[in-house]
Amino acid sequence: MAFYSPKITSYAVEATTFPELARRYMVTGVPKTVVNDEVEILGALPEEAFVAQALEKFTAPPT
Amino acid sequence: MPLLSPTDQQKLREWFAGMIRPVRLLFFTQTIGCETCAETQQILAELPPLSDRVSIEEVNLVLEGDRARQYGVDRAPAVVILYQETSQPSEGGNTNIPWVDSRIRFLGAPAGYEFVSLAQAVLLAGGGPSTLSEGSRQRLAAVDRPVAMQVFTTPT
Repeated sequence: MAFYSPKITSYAVEATTFPELARRYMVTGVPKTVVNDEVEILGALPEEAFVAQALEKFTAPPT
Repeated sequence: MPLLSPTDQQKLREWFAGMIRPVRLLFFTQTIGCETCAETQQILAELPPLSDRVSIEEVNLVLEGDRARQYGVDRAPAVVILYQETSQPSEGGNTNIPWVDSRIRFLGAPAGYEFVSLAQAVLLAGGGPSTLSEGSRQRLAAVDRPVAMQVFTTPT
């Protein structure tokens, strides 16, 4: 996703190596996705549903 | 001893044959207090022999703090994927062409299934085919403010 939007930076975080990050974001299961500290998605979703849910708050409304 | 089986090496060689651009893995490491830096180095070293378009540059997180800050990296091990906008084949990249940040980072050792994710990211940065649907691409094009996506995983 980062590759297709210049606004997005993506981080794959190995939770056991960085327990302080896992604690800060309350990672109780994986995969867990945190978007701008505002949106959380636990588990895997089909691609389009994932993209829609992850970015809903960060996209301009359709004109 | 290589970590990848000959079969996996061959599969990755075929994947990477689809690359059209040089890709560099910036590997941020530190000497003290990094339990998985050595493992990460070992994993990353498996990749360049499989494609003349893939190279690795090791960056010391402490000694080269400016570069770490440039890419927003504050811990090790971390891998930042860069690419060059050229189709000119060159071992390790062309020296006169700037490296572009793919904005894809891996924090922690890319072991287990994360290794597959890393290989896919390398292929994507190298101009390989994308699997994203048209609908997803349209949503991505509509993102209008900076977004940081963190995907937490564990080794599997």
